[in-house]
Amino acid sequence: MKQLKFVLIGILFGIILYKSEAASWYRIYEMFQFRSFHMYGIIGTALTTAILIVQIIKRKNVKDTNGLPIQFIDKKKSITRYLLGGTIFGLGWALTGACPGPMFALLGAEYWTLGIVLIFALIGTWIYGLLQNKLPH
Amino acid sequence: MLEIIQKPWPWYISGPLIALIMYLLLRQGKDFGMSNNLRTMCSIVGAGKTSSFFRFDWKAQIWNLLVVLGTIIGGFIAHFCLSDGTPPAINNASIADLQALGIIDKLQGYMPDSLFLFDGSLFQFLLLSIGGLLIGFGTRYAGGCSSGHAISGLSNFQLPSLIAVIGFFIGGIIMIHFIFPLIF
Repeated sequence: MKQLKFVLIGILFGIILYKSEAASWYRIYEMFQFRSFHMYGIIGTALTTAILIVQIIKRKNVKDTNGLPIQFIDKKKSITRYLLGGTIFGLGWALTGACPGPMFALLGAEYWTLGIVLIFALIGTWIYGLLQNKLPH
Repeated sequence: MLEIIQKPWPWYISGPLIALIMYLLLRQGKDFGMSNNLRTMCSIVGAGKTSSFFRFDWKAQIWNLLVVLGTIIGGFIAHFCLSDGTPPAINNASIADLQALGIIDKLQGYMPDSLFLFDGSLFQFLLLSIGGLLIGFGTRYAGGCSSGHAISGLSNFQLPSLIAVIGFFIGGIIMIHFIFPLIF
């Protein structure tokens, strides 16, 4: 039963991604042309709200539903991996209009071609795993 | 009420709702990040035999796969029950650009058919498969995607996430301004 919560959170997430149009290729295209406020409005208000949430959790020591403190782990410092990896992801995001969340929402909306994107995203992840020790991080 | 929901949602509603998803997961003691699921799926199908990167306790990540399952169901519900079929109201200059590139004749549907309605062409297959490779490789190299870095990371003031997001935009700008005119 506890696991059902995650399915419900996912359902809400899928509906939001689709209805916000953040999952639409058109919106991502327009975003990278800097011609519309829509996507920046979504990211901006999502981020502002998220900052408030994180601050409240930290200051009030909000616990999770198991009564354990909510912890935030700092990401490892580096430039290379984030800049190179980020750029490679950005190329794919702009080409397919899909990032790893919307990809699944679109599959549910019966855009079956996203299955091709997903299978090759798995292959891409696998290739990263094979080359990990040879890549500059 | 249903009519209002069926219209595309304004950004000032959608944005805070995405942050709500992060909050709900944090309250469950989990981190909001979707691209991790790609690594988990690789492990499940046996990638651990080829690289130690995939040798971890993937069963501890089942919760995130359940979020994925939910996201698929959510996409289905939104598309078939909560939409009136209005295409995203993108700006006219972008529509004109898409027409000039031959990607659309006129704006219709949620996604352009020429790219996402499979017609068996090699071009379309290459476009989708190369896009997928870049997404899978890039997110793991960068250690996260739009959810893990742009929302979770930035909201916790992580410099690495800011660098990653700058990278997302460098890649996106290169693709749309320099590569699109070459391939379309």
